[in-house]
Amino acid sequence: MSDPTSTSSPQAAPTTVAAAPATNGTFSDDLAPAPAMGRRRFLFLRNAKSILGLSIIGFFVVLAIVGPWIAPHDPNAVNPSASLESPSWSHWLGTSQTGQDIFSQLLVGTRGVMVVGFSAGIIATALAVVIGVSAGFIGGAGDEVLSMLSNIFLVIPSLPLIIIITAQIEGNSHLTIILVIALTGWAWGARVLRSQTLSLRRRDFVEAARANGERRWRIIGFEILPNLTAIIASTFINTVTAAVLAEITLAYIGVASLSDWNWGTILYWAQSSGAFQQGAWWWYVPAGLCVALLGMSLALINFGIDEFVNPRLRSTGLNARTLRQRHIRPRVGFTPVVHEVGASGDRTKARKEADHA
Amino acid sequence: MKNLARKAIFFLVTAWAAVTLNFFVPRLMPGDPVQSLLTRYQGQMSTDAIHSLYVLFGLDEQSSLWQQYLDYWGQLFRGDLGISFYQFPTPVTSIIAQTLPWTIGLVGVATVISFLLGTSIGAYLGWRRGTWADLLIPLTTFFSSVPYFWIGLIVITLFGVIWQVLPFYGSYDPGLIPYPDWMFISSVIEHGILPALTIVLSSMAGWILSMRNMMVTVSSEDYVTVAHAKGLPERQVMTGYAARNAVLPQISGFALSLGFVVGGTLVMEQVFSYQGIGFMLFKAVGAKDYPLMQGIFLIITLSVLVANILADIVYTILDPRTRKES
Amino acid sequence: MPESVLTGASDETILDIRDLHVDYGYDERPTHVLRGVDLTVRRGEVLGLAGESGCGKSTLAYAATRLLPPPGLITGGEVWITGADDEKRDWLRLTDTQLRHARWSDVAVVFQGAMNSLNPVHRIGRQLTDAIRAHRPHTSAAERHERGIELLELVGIDPDRIRAYPHELSGGMRQRVMIAMALALEPRLLIMDEPTTALDVVMQRQILEQIADLRARLGFSVVFITHDVSLLIEIADRIAIMYAGEIVESGPARSLYHHPRHPYTAGLLSSFPPLHGPRRDLGGIPGSPPDLAALPAGCPFAPRCAWADDHCRTDHPHATKLDDGARDVACWKPLTR
Repeated sequence: MSDPTSTSSPQAAPTTVAAAPATNGTFSDDLAPAPAMGRRRFLFLRNAKSILGLSIIGFFVVLAIVGPWIAPHDPNAVNPSASLESPSWSHWLGTSQTGQDIFSQLLVGTRGVMVVGFSAGIIATALAVVIGVSAGFIGGAGDEVLSMLSNIFLVIPSLPLIIIITAQIEGNSHLTIILVIALTGWAWGARVLRSQTLSLRRRDFVEAARANGERRWRIIGFEILPNLTAIIASTFINTVTAAVLAEITLAYIGVASLSDWNWGTILYWAQSSGAFQQGAWWWYVPAGLCVALLGMSLALINFGIDEFVNPRLRSTGLNARTLRQRHIRPRVGFTPVVHEVGASGDRTKARKEADHA
Repeated sequence: MKNLARKAIFFLVTAWAAVTLNFFVPRLMPGDPVQSLLTRYQGQMSTDAIHSLYVLFGLDEQSSLWQQYLDYWGQLFRGDLGISFYQFPTPVTSIIAQTLPWTIGLVGVATVISFLLGTSIGAYLGWRRGTWADLLIPLTTFFSSVPYFWIGLIVITLFGVIWQVLPFYGSYDPGLIPYPDWMFISSVIEHGILPALTIVLSSMAGWILSMRNMMVTVSSEDYVTVAHAKGLPERQVMTGYAARNAVLPQISGFALSLGFVVGGTLVMEQVFSYQGIGFMLFKAVGAKDYPLMQGIFLIITLSVLVANILADIVYTILDPRTRKES
Repeated sequence: MPESVLTGASDETILDIRDLHVDYGYDERPTHVLRGVDLTVRRGEVLGLAGESGCGKSTLAYAATRLLPPPGLITGGEVWITGADDEKRDWLRLTDTQLRHARWSDVAVVFQGAMNSLNPVHRIGRQLTDAIRAHRPHTSAAERHERGIELLELVGIDPDRIRAYPHELSGGMRQRVMIAMALALEPRLLIMDEPTTALDVVMQRQILEQIADLRARLGFSVVFITHDVSLLIEIADRIAIMYAGEIVESGPARSLYHHPRHPYTAGLLSSFPPLHGPRRDLGGIPGSPPDLAALPAGCPFAPRCAWADDHCRTDHPHATKLDDGARDVACWKPLTR
């Protein structure tokens, strides 16, 4: 196994941030126009993908807060006369076999998903930062041990581990689920942060701070962490994604507590009641789409961060329509030619003529 | 050689960690699940089974934790993972021996197909960046964002319920006797298609996205520019220079994320009631069959570890820099 | 001293760049990195191209060979290159297939930083000869292997190393391999982008001598790009100086070196100590390199020029012939000899 090549947790939204510093080519400096650097700092927030992703997350956060209040029905209320109704005005997303309102279950369940996902994400990211940054910064034997630890946690399949742990705890609360997911989900982030810290440690400004006899925690706090912001953000996004998926899977297989609603619980009941044999698509399709939407918004934020960190992934400000109008197909190895500055409309020549006049 | 020794140490330590984790998890749990089980199976258990439970769960009050740990290792080396409650009194090892081949056949084959297919598609999309190929990215992102099992539900609805073209329950026709004749094999293949399709669909997106990004990154490497400058045919630049190098981090990514992928695909067996080790794990969870759960977790971890070693060997073959390291 | 003695060049042009314009960025506000560059290289001639980093000298090399990566965009001009068949072609109007065909056999490029220019996973033998295989498909594997060994010997590398991987070679050896690779199809023109920058001084010397020696034996032309003008006096017949995406001065190497006419050339020359000859004062240029996105209206060098006046600040100077046509200078107030 060589260097990590992705900031993302495996599979969730693989990217290549960490590869960038290692593989920067040696094209002459003047192939990279200098002015672009000044604009970089704010690029993340100007990135359309990030903005879209953050908006969707914002929507789900609002739902998590107000969901239980705006839900039209009690998600637990059983109504045998309204069994398996397809979507209608009174039940926007239809009903379950016992006549429960699916839409209300979704609304109420959002809170559980968001709370568990974000709490586990915060704890796992904190663990990743502590372990990854210290491993990268202290180096030597300590680094060996910490790296080994993160690699072990990476290789051990986390979902089965979470399952056997939660299965042995009687009466799982949100808190246990959060802790178990966080304790098994920090390793990828730690690995990426370690390699990034390692490369930062060798940079001039950190070397200078060390030579000045700055205290360790000051160097970490003021020189290293600020430069890891983007990687930490993407680690957080990835752990949240993984936590949401793990949590929903746990609920789906019935390991998590069934008394709390979340999107996975809905899928659990749909599966165990044979919803798809009965064609009750409204029971399980919306919950899955909600997971997908949340996951995609997280992935979009990550794309934005990736493009911020690894300029090669940036779509070079290309607006598809402009490119088509100008007949430009951007690619490596065959620089496009547009012949827009011809003999007549020549900028320089026009200027030269003006100079003569 | 130093590199090889490091790898060996890593794999040994990981195996040790998995076993030790397996030993401590039940001991650290609050409450006394085993005692309640013993009450439940009152009189049905042989003294042997009860003893192995004591060893597995550390209820053996007489011996120290260290002694229990040694006993546990002793049991493992004798190939003894305890007795299942759920299929009492079948040893856990024989349940695993029955189910593991199905999982390796389904999850293993589907994962490899998904990786190869995803890597090829990702290489192509990365090479064709800035064209219509970019339009596939949102679709891929969608597939990488949904839980694996949900795609399974959708696949069952479409192919199994609406169009009714393929079976979606079990791993072969229950009317058949497992015997290696054509009838049985074709039934196995038929039953494997939908679960395999689901695994490929859901895990491929991740490989596509990571390979695409790697291709984009590698495409601007100097040696790719040199290949263009030489006027080599485009195919050769794409495969021999860009993809050939982009696939290296892809393989190390594969090794590292196997644990994650396998976890997700095991749930798929539950969705399709496929009689592999994942389905058995969920049955064990439902029946609170702790010895079986522990045994399955251990085997899954060791299998992932073996797959990791294989991926590592492939990496070493493909990257001369690791091979010639003196 | 008569300049013609120094140049082994004939009058036949091998590379003729006319009014080349290059932008960075495909949107409405691109950075104009090359703004009407004219440049000719004659057969057998070594042209030195120098300037501060960021002046566009590498961009010129990459744009002329259509290798400029996105978001580079060629917005106008012509690049006429005389091929091995004596046919002149405008590389900006070639189709992909024609371009692929002309590449490496008409112009080969020695890139900066051989570390990253060699593919780490292929043996150097394969990388030396894959261009031959692509351009001359009728050659046999044995012939190509022979040629690979010949090429390695040409640059003084033990032919046994043909089976080595790039990481098994030293930096200097890799750069030699790159040069050998460029010679594979016996092109008439080599473009060398800072070929010695990453090497130590001793190695730099050796490589320079090697290039000079190979040029004498094989008679190819060279565009030698560097930020170090003092290197050019050793190897170049003619020198062109770039500033802010334009060529501000060009002329015979020796005369330009000793009698710069553009104030920028004078400044650039005084930033490097000469390797040979009398010492001169190290001066350097005040101010910082130009921001291509925000160039002044007149002469781009005016803000840093000690001689600039209002005319320089408002009107853009264009190349004018001086010294009986031997020198081109884009300056309103060229220095006198």
